[in-house]
Amino acid sequence: MSKKIEIKIEHVTRVEGHGNIVLDAEDGAVKQVQWQVSEAPRFFEAMMVGRDYTELTHIASRICGICSISHGLVSLKATENAMGVKISDQTLWLRKLAHHAEHLQSHVLHVGYLVAPDLFGVGSVFPLVGTHKDIVVKIIKLHRLANEMSDLFCGRTTHPITLTVGGFTKIPTEKELVALRHRLDDAIETTKEVAGVVLENAGKLPDFTRETEYIALSSGDEYAMYDGVISSTDAGRLNNDDYLDITNEFVVPYSTAKHARHKRDSYMVGALARFNLNSEKLSPLAKDVADMFGLKPLNYNPYMNSVAQLVEVAHCLEDSISKVDALLDTGLKDEVPDFKVNPGRGVGVIEAPRGLLIHDYTIDENGKCIKANCVIPTNQNHRNIQKDMEVLAPQLVGQDKDKKEIELTLEMLVRAYDPCISCSTHYLKVDFE
Amino acid sequence: MMRPSVKPRVAFFDFASCEGCQLQVINLEESVIDLIDIVDVVSFREAMKEHSDDYDIAFVEGSIMRPMDAERLKKIRERAKILVALGACACIGGINALRNRYSVEHVKKVVYGDADIEGNPFFDVFHTKAVGDVVDVDYYVYGCPISRDELAKVITSLALGKKPEIPNYPVCVECKKKENVCIFEKGGFCLGPVTRAGCGAICPTNGSGCEGCRGLVDNPNTDSELDVLKKYGLTVEDALGRFDLFCYKYKGEVSK
Repeated sequence: MSKKIEIKIEHVTRVEGHGNIVLDAEDGAVKQVQWQVSEAPRFFEAMMVGRDYTELTHIASRICGICSISHGLVSLKATENAMGVKISDQTLWLRKLAHHAEHLQSHVLHVGYLVAPDLFGVGSVFPLVGTHKDIVVKIIKLHRLANEMSDLFCGRTTHPITLTVGGFTKIPTEKELVALRHRLDDAIETTKEVAGVVLENAGKLPDFTRETEYIALSSGDEYAMYDGVISSTDAGRLNNDDYLDITNEFVVPYSTAKHARHKRDSYMVGALARFNLNSEKLSPLAKDVADMFGLKPLNYNPYMNSVAQLVEVAHCLEDSISKVDALLDTGLKDEVPDFKVNPGRGVGVIEAPRGLLIHDYTIDENGKCIKANCVIPTNQNHRNIQKDMEVLAPQLVGQDKDKKEIELTLEMLVRAYDPCISCSTHYLKVDFE
Repeated sequence: MMRPSVKPRVAFFDFASCEGCQLQVINLEESVIDLIDIVDVVSFREAMKEHSDDYDIAFVEGSIMRPMDAERLKKIRERAKILVALGACACIGGINALRNRYSVEHVKKVVYGDADIEGNPFFDVFHTKAVGDVVDVDYYVYGCPISRDELAKVITSLALGKKPEIPNYPVCVECKKKENVCIFEKGGFCLGPVTRAGCGAICPTNGSGCEGCRGLVDNPNTDSELDVLKKYGLTVEDALGRFDLFCYKYKGEVSK
């Protein structure tokens, strides 16, 4: 009798948005494995056309509830590049702190609430409140700090208010920065403790490797998050303005989100890509955390993306402390943005928590947006997830794993990428393959 | 916190949205622990693997874009005793309705070109609808994103069998209480005079005009809004140009 395995996981849980995993195997051979995205498309670029330049950052942030600050910031970069607006050093530092707040929030959410349940063999963080309250409370403490840091720099946790073309509508007081400084110090210890507990349970992360290309921003000055040049583990430094030739987006019929490829059939963006390209620029504690887990570049195990996120939590905390100190040294000034509306086209790039994010706007002489394009990290990862599954699924089926274990391992793979599916179905123009 | 005699079974669902409103549940931080003391969360795909179709209260985030989504929503409505629309996309269509400026044919053409998507249900979009355009809604939690304090109050009220209280007065009331300098005085534009309060005037407090994300109060004082516009040398067109960012749904009614 032939042995059939049919898996259809509709709406994978503990990820942002709607995606399905479909696997069809018979007698140890995989006939089909698919990572499907069924999320409704949302047409953001069409929404931006005709809107005033002042509104674009607020529209853009609504692409994603988890990475609204990155979308808000990259939107400002594109707008400011299009109109030739220069920002002050103070604005730059405050924006970098807002950006760190988001990376902290997003990474703690992912590692602590979405991935950790798999490591403890439960379905969500809720039962851990009963069994591991200590560690849950520590994770919540870090999450709260990250969110309150977003409140401080952006006026709100989700969908920033204060970020505006040329500067800020409101900035924190020095007193608030000093209070934040103390809490960031305190969070360093908490992060070490959380990393320790994750390490004790990290044996549950599957040992799977597949060579692929990694793409992220790189910078000579720092571990690139807010600024940098698009770089690849296969092709070295590239040109930000050539992003269309790097991302090469296209559509497959089983996904309302686009796929992307560069030098190979797929590539990966996100924390692991950043680590693989720029690990030598991490802060000391971040390097310690990487060492704890034996994470070294080039690491080809996508499940280690969650560990790379934990490494970045340490980095963001330490780097935020030095940026807050620098701001307190110089002192804060009330600045009024000063610029003229100029027509033009501008490309903005940033590292969102999930990876390389690009917005490209054209603005007319009245300050209206006439064209917009957004390239989202998760779009760039969908194909890499698919290609991972095409290698991983036959291995699992070949090892005669039971259906439940295959399901869990594939779900954990999707989760490791921390996909932001709503983002990736934001959509403008697509070409079918 | 008062505890209900029987914990209601609560489920969270999402449609076309950024999932930022559900995220506010997790953003309740330590209070989440209190919350699961008074309700049983039986489905919450963004945060948990378990799922049950047996629930009392359904919270629905997001707009409805396709027939397949409308069918899923109708099933949720059948199963839930109480259905709550969560956030601007669900309550009023929100930013998703901005594309209703264009015909469905135009949007599809722009997005998919000549690709063969006929009959593919994933791509079968209609004009953006709010949840209340498809099924009956019992309560609305407004905002983009929702206020997590307001959400906690609503969940607590419903768990205790009470009717949640949602403000029906304009943002200006909350803004004045905070003694903010009026955004119009600062040369900006603000929808505070006609927008439903409950956010604590969070945007004006942070130096940015209200964008109307909580929708209109039930009886907006349009005369007073017109006076404000006149005083600051603005036109109805200026106002409507800003208004449709979140309130496209009302645009036809208001421009009359």
